Amino acid sequence: MFLSGNEAIARGGYEYGASFAAAYPGTPSTEIIESIIPYEEIYAEWSTNEKVALEVGLGASLAGARVLVAMKHVGVNVAADPLFTAAYTGVNGGLVLVTADDPSMHSSQNEQDNRNIAPFAKIPMLEPSDSQEAKDLVGEGFKISEQFDTPVLVRITTRIAHGKGLVQCQRRQEAPRREYKKDAAKYNMLPAFARRKRVLIEERTAALREFSEGFSYNKIEWGPKEVGIITSGIGYQYAKEVFADSVSYLKLTLTWPLPEEKIRAFASQVKKLYVIEELDPYLETQIKALGIKVIGKELIPNMFELSADILREKILGEGLPQQGGEEGELDLPPRPPVLCAGCPHRGVFHVLKKMKVPVMGDIGCYGLAVPPPLEAVDSTVCMGASIGMAHGFQKASAWLGDARIAVGAIGDSTFFHSGMTGLADMVFNKGAGVVVVLDNRTTAMTGHQPHPGSGITAKGEATREIAIEDVVRGLGVEDVAVVDAYDLEAAEKAIRHALDYSGPSVVIFRRACALLKGLPQMPPLLVDEERCTKCHICLSTGCPALIHHPDKSVTIDANACTGCTICAQVCPFQAIVEVGGEVSG
Amino acid sequence: MAEVTNVLLVGVGGQGTLLAARILSGVLQEAGYDVKMSEVHGMSQRGGSVVTFVRYGHKVHSPLVEKGSAHLILAFEKLEALRWLPYLKANGTIVVNDLALLPAPVLMGKAKYPPNALDILEEKTGKLMVIDAAQVALKEAGNIRTQNVALLGALARNMDLEIETWEKVIRENVPPKTVEANLKAFAAGGKYQ
Ligand SMILES: Cc1ncc(C[n+]2csc(CCOP(=O)(O)OP(=O)(O)O)c2C)c(N)n1
Repeated sequence: MFLSGNEAIARGGYEYGASFAAAYPGTPSTEIIESIIPYEEIYAEWSTNEKVALEVGLGASLAGARVLVAMKHVGVNVAADPLFTAAYTGVNGGLVLVTADDPSMHSSQNEQDNRNIAPFAKIPMLEPSDSQEAKDLVGEGFKISEQFDTPVLVRITTRIAHGKGLVQCQRRQEAPRREYKKDAAKYNMLPAFARRKRVLIEERTAALREFSEGFSYNKIEWGPKEVGIITSGIGYQYAKEVFADSVSYLKLTLTWPLPEEKIRAFASQVKKLYVIEELDPYLETQIKALGIKVIGKELIPNMFELSADILREKILGEGLPQQGGEEGELDLPPRPPVLCAGCPHRGVFHVLKKMKVPVMGDIGCYGLAVPPPLEAVDSTVCMGASIGMAHGFQKASAWLGDARIAVGAIGDSTFFHSGMTGLADMVFNKGAGVVVVLDNRTTAMTGHQPHPGSGITAKGEATREIAIEDVVRGLGVEDVAVVDAYDLEAAEKAIRHALDYSGPSVVIFRRACALLKGLPQMPPLLVDEERCTKCHICLSTGCPALIHHPDKSVTIDANACTGCTICAQVCPFQAIVEVGGEVSG
Repeated sequence: MAEVTNVLLVGVGGQGTLLAARILSGVLQEAGYDVKMSEVHGMSQRGGSVVTFVRYGHKVHSPLVEKGSAHLILAFEKLEALRWLPYLKANGTIVVNDLALLPAPVLMGKAKYPPNALDILEEKTGKLMVIDAAQVALKEAGNIRTQNVALLGALARNMDLEIETWEKVIRENVPPKTVEANLKAFAAGGKYQ
């Protein structure tokens, strides 16, 4: 089969007897659960956030299932609390946690090398270097997890997750359910029990180190011994690409704990030793601590993605001939992603910008309201940060003597992920901040996964739809409004009211993501040339269905236009109309 | 070093580059090659620039195509052809769809779309093939959604792979109702002058 790393991991879960999977979406990890959902043998859920996903997974492990949990690199930060103590409790059914890191931040707010998590949390880690290994190592992970009584981290990066390769597949092997036995000292990490476990973890690590020495995936490929390369994950592929069979390799796959004897033995046989790894000097630091001399980060960058080109340039001092000229030689217009035509976020941010309030943003498609022309967002940090930050901003301003109020703008999926606790804080601490919830009925950014407010599960079953307004009221917010995100006048009125209100306010803007299937069709709009004064106010909404022509006229691409009417509402001259008619307010 | 051939499929999110890359990879597998295909998902649906790398040979290691090393670039749009030009190898071939999709900064009047994209491509590349995929899809296949397969037809002409294999893989990868239209588009794309 021709599978991406993510599809291969899902397949691995299937083949090696997983019966349970939980995750919160996040690029580049999302397709793991999406590819597991169709397997009838495996229960799969989108959990509310990554911490919950891991806790759900740990509970399922206790119940005796083999469990796969997946998340993006920053998701592991959210799940760190249960993870670091699951390292103490250990498991019942095998538990594999996949972390999908995003070097170069193709779709992430930061770059972090989650290999560091393994020694920090003291759990073993496997690093596949292609789709085949991604599948196989899920099986090895389950075995290690059950044999050593520990969660196992499988760490992939974007190029493994989204790179497709040929994979040999096999039939599913059922993993017999492991009986649950109550064991207070194993599963209750009270200080007395935890102290005992702390000692056992060191013993487990020693045993795993021993195992690592003989683990067949930690493998030496002998070639000429002038140069030796120690590498792991995608770094192995880039090294092979450049050096082929001209050097010797130690390819590490169980990268915590490291097989120290194997590393020593390899190092003693080669004249010059390089460590080739993307991001942090993770292997390098540990190998140097063994007293072994290696060349690593003095040549190879510690940020952004690695590539064969970089190795060629930094180690061999070569570049490739370039035919089409240097990048940047032609002055080309960029093609950044934009809020889609008909996006319900557009109008809300247009209004927020107009009102000139500080907007503490969040993580979601509305990140596209940061760049021009909307430029409506002041901060973007992590999921859920908008509400806490808006509260802190307002409180500090009041404390320091002015009445500035910040608006926290958060998506619906993000609200359930980590917005609710921030809102409780705002109520509890007598804040007067304003929270705008952009309820587009889905987790749009990562490809439309359902969430607790969607009324449907990962497996496609109908479920109770949790209404955000009920949650908000339940948390003690008294000033709550639900507004159509396509109605700019109502939006402005609601936000103005919320800003004036003395306590915490929440305005929920409800309108489905324009990319969702089965939405009511609205007729596209067009520009009435007679009325259009070419003022270009419509262009300030940044809608990609509006076309600005060299003669300064504006037309509407009827194929792209969804008829949302935001542009018509901002036009001061009523020059944007329905085909054959007017647009009412 | 074993020979590996590098192909880039470039375009704009939503143009069907992914399906095209999947078909190409399928044909290469049928032909007995080791294949790696790499893309970055995430914001692709939001109208951004997209690229898929396809590499094939006896054994492929890196999933990435490096600058100056693409034997073939299949561009679904002209500006994207220019953008990825630095990836083309000396004497590499570029097949480009004669289509301009205006990016947001151009739509907003903040930047200019290069007026002479095809001339620049002509001047900078060893071998250039221009095809109007929309015309092929509409006129020859009667289905505008077969543009990506029409482009594959033009690509196939520059690759040494059996036409029957292409047809088989196309059949397996497109919606059953559109098989005939897609096969027509593929054939017409291959004959386009
Ligand atoms: C901790 C964490 N988990 C997951 C992600 C990936 N991610 C980015 S945006 C997003 C979803 C946002 O959904 P929503 O808040 O509903 O906004 P929308 O994209 O629908 O506008 C996710 C899951 C992340 N950045 N951080």
